[in-house]
Amino acid sequence: MDRVSVVTDIRQANQNAAHENRKVFDKCGSCVINLMSAPGAGKTSVLEATIREIAPSFKVAVIEGDLETTFDSDRIRAMGVPAHQITTGSVCHLDARMVAKALAVFPPDGADLVVIENVGNLVCPAEFNLGEDLRVMVFSVVEGADKPKKYPLMFHTSDVVLLNKIDLLPYSGVALSELLRNVVEVNPRAAIFPISCRTGEGMEGWIGWLTQELKTRSRQALSTLKT
Amino acid sequence: MHELSIAESILDIAAAEAATHHAAAVTTIKVRLGNFTGVVREALEFAFEIARQGTVAASATLEIESVPLRTRCPSCDMTGSSDFCFICERCGTPLDILSGREMQVESIELAEEEVPWIASR
Repeated sequence: MDRVSVVTDIRQANQNAAHENRKVFDKCGSCVINLMSAPGAGKTSVLEATIREIAPSFKVAVIEGDLETTFDSDRIRAMGVPAHQITTGSVCHLDARMVAKALAVFPPDGADLVVIENVGNLVCPAEFNLGEDLRVMVFSVVEGADKPKKYPLMFHTSDVVLLNKIDLLPYSGVALSELLRNVVEVNPRAAIFPISCRTGEGMEGWIGWLTQELKTRSRQALSTLKT
Repeated sequence: MHELSIAESILDIAAAEAATHHAAAVTTIKVRLGNFTGVVREALEFAFEIARQGTVAASATLEIESVPLRTRCPSCDMTGSSDFCFICERCGTPLDILSGREMQVESIELAEEEVPWIASR
């Protein structure tokens, strides 16, 4: 019997595919967001509210991931924004190869921002890099203040945490200060914005942050082209 | 239940190694699994039982070594085993992760390929 040393990362195949996606996005000059949350936290609604604010200045394209239906891509397309739907069947997350397939038929040419809305799930998507620049997580405050500690990985790997539905705080029994403390403990480096995409409360902080990020990245891309 | 796709990735890596070494079968796969990954050990063991069927590792054993979450403060160098609090309790700096994110095929054990003329005798 032979013992063979392997030492290979199990995520390697996905990493390789994510790297290829990255090349496509770079060629298109797009900044890419992997948008994640539990089901029903308000990803699509936050995305709609975000598009409304930034669409006059930036070109947006959206890739939607769901187990079934085209509800979400229909909603985005109704706003005049190009959208492509991935239906995973029973797979609980998007992986880089599914996104690669989508890019083959839906190249995001000329899009300043590509948003990939992941399958609603607070656990699985966190382990699969899609080739994104930024991970943005939506968490609805009514899910409970303890969740960052119970599901730490997605919070920890996100660049931005949007605490949505703060208009429901008075009815939820959740203390925003406790939730904020738990998010900061799990990810002290994240940008955190308490928002309500329904009432618009707090949205200006997030939109300002994103606009700045998109401007900085397009300047960097321009200077790379010049050199 | 993304453990099934993790199990399939493990089997892909093992099958590629088995092919490189012209082995007849994979008998053991040793995996290092960090405590701060989105993978549940029991779910992975269960998924592996299903995914290995019909592969070169159909009767292989999956050995999982758990790797604890360890952190270090980039500012004051204090190391610790974080309870999912990534702020240094001594100086308040965000902590770096030393270990706990591993998801790695460490080694495999292979059964020698049967040489046809020996097998037929």
